[in-house]
Amino acid sequence: MGDLNQAMIEKYRTNFLKEVEANVEEGEWVKMCMQCGVCSGSCPLGKFWDHPPQELFMMIRAGKRDEVLSSDSMWMCTSCYNCVVRCPRELPITHIMHGLAHYAKRLGLVPESQPTAAFAQMFWDNLMQKGRVNELKLGLKLYFMNGFGDGIKVALKHQKIGMGMLKTGRMSPMEAFGGHAVKDLKGFQSMIKKAQELEDQRIAEHGA
Amino acid sequence: MTEVVATNETILVVGGGISGLTAAIEAAETGKQVVLVEKRPYLGGRVTQLYKYFPKLCFPTCGLEINQRRARQNPNITVLTLAEVTDISGDKGNYKATVRISPRYVNDNCTACGDCAKAVEAEFDDEYNYGLSRRKGAYLPYRMAQPSRYVLDPRIIGTPDADKAKAACKVDAIDLDMQPQDLSFPCGAVIWATGWQPYDAARIQPYGYDRFPNVITSVEFERMADPNGPYAGRIVRPSDGREAKKVAFIQCAGSRDRNHLLHCSRICCMASLKQATYVSDAYKDAADVTVYYIDLRAIDRFEDFYNKVRAIPQVKYVKSKPASIVADKDGNPVVHGVDTEGYNRYAERFDLVVLAIGMEPAVPKDGFPVPIVVNREGFIEAAPENGGIFAAGGASDALDVNRAVQHATGAALRAIQVVNSVRGMEV
Repeated sequence: MGDLNQAMIEKYRTNFLKEVEANVEEGEWVKMCMQCGVCSGSCPLGKFWDHPPQELFMMIRAGKRDEVLSSDSMWMCTSCYNCVVRCPRELPITHIMHGLAHYAKRLGLVPESQPTAAFAQMFWDNLMQKGRVNELKLGLKLYFMNGFGDGIKVALKHQKIGMGMLKTGRMSPMEAFGGHAVKDLKGFQSMIKKAQELEDQRIAEHGA
Repeated sequence: MTEVVATNETILVVGGGISGLTAAIEAAETGKQVVLVEKRPYLGGRVTQLYKYFPKLCFPTCGLEINQRRARQNPNITVLTLAEVTDISGDKGNYKATVRISPRYVNDNCTACGDCAKAVEAEFDDEYNYGLSRRKGAYLPYRMAQPSRYVLDPRIIGTPDADKAKAACKVDAIDLDMQPQDLSFPCGAVIWATGWQPYDAARIQPYGYDRFPNVITSVEFERMADPNGPYAGRIVRPSDGREAKKVAFIQCAGSRDRNHLLHCSRICCMASLKQATYVSDAYKDAADVTVYYIDLRAIDRFEDFYNKVRAIPQVKYVKSKPASIVADKDGNPVVHGVDTEGYNRYAERFDLVVLAIGMEPAVPKDGFPVPIVVNREGFIEAAPENGGIFAAGGASDALDVNRAVQHATGAALRAIQVVNSVRGMEV
């Protein structure tokens, strides 16, 4: 990953906007931003962002590559789409935020212990094992993400919901032992492998 | 019954606002026959509803009066008010127009004495004041209305109010039996000057125009500032009538927005700067004005005006398109957003918020009587396919009065060329 980062720095040395356009999903929209600020003002979590979307777009144009890609900001997006419906230029801002996060992840630039990124990885690893999400395991792992003591506390807090789910058959304790898989797990895995190959190929072409 | 004498050398002007009036007068003063069709009961259009012009901060009534007189005195102009074009057929140099005239119920005996208005009891929203006040069912649309004749609202016809109005009239001017009338006449060229309308502010959902009484549009604010307007020129909050000293102007309300109007309406920046002076003139040092903008567009010589208003210490500028307006528990509008110079989050409380509302072309997109080229913003393009139909002023683009008048003069010249060629063919 570090190599890819270095390769990208070499390739787009003077133009981070071009790099974003070529590599970030919906990145070609960034230049259409007219800096009105409606997205930033409309974001329900905006005050938790170091750099609201409008600022990120300006930073991209200003070539602030490290600050943008190692930023925590785009990971704060919860996909509420408030910004997208209000943007006077119809920029797919939510998608650009996810595109930036994904690109930063590919380059290995995600800030340490970024919780959204950690959860996304946890979700992915869980999904890959059986081709479906094992909610019990994912839930438990999430509870214990911040250590054992914290995990017990969170688990106790959600005890009532958990018991309810068990009673109504929405969650089986047996899932903790392996858990059930999709019908054709081999087929699922080869499909993901092929998708990964195509993605790697696409990245290699851009990264070369 | 109204009669129109016209030939295919006649120029039809649709719309009697500043553009149509200008085009009609310019063409008529070169000796051409003109029929001027106006939907409202009076001439002058939206200019009559302005308090002051930018950049000179002079009064529109002045120039309007001159134009009204020019139109009245010129025997080449036939003015039809309360009239709408329902059909146009034919080709350049040889059109046939059909016009429907709605009954005014008042004939030209009227001396504008106002006795009928006193007699009538029913009241309706006054469209001249954008519904900020009420008017009687018998009314003079505004004090300088030309033709200077009262109108009976069709909603009182058949009610006792109509009879009261007729009984009160000493000069036998009220004719309750007037019927709608359809007129057809030839014309060689058409000048389409139907202007614009303010964009429907309620559609800009986050600004809450339909929810908060203290969020108003720039056209309403213009009526508010007019000493002859619904608030006698006092800058106040519609909710409680208290003085509005802390006022926000929000630019691009509907304009430059792919969810609303695609185009820049061009006039709003200057209009807001002008309106900022209304507040600072009214409250001097106690005025507290903030203009929220994406970028202020003071084109060519307006730069001077911009600098002049910029020098007023009571007027602040925030580079930001606000994200939303909410009302606090006292009904004060609170403007939320993030500015572009520092990305600071703000939530600012105001007495009154004025939305600098965009100009929407008043061109019937689907129902235009003949094939015409309309651009994606909804304005009429200057296209050869339009034949002898020429847009003037606000129907062609978002224009201020100055540019609309220039444009209308150009349209008059194009129409004159068409009717001249008709004459050439006939000789």
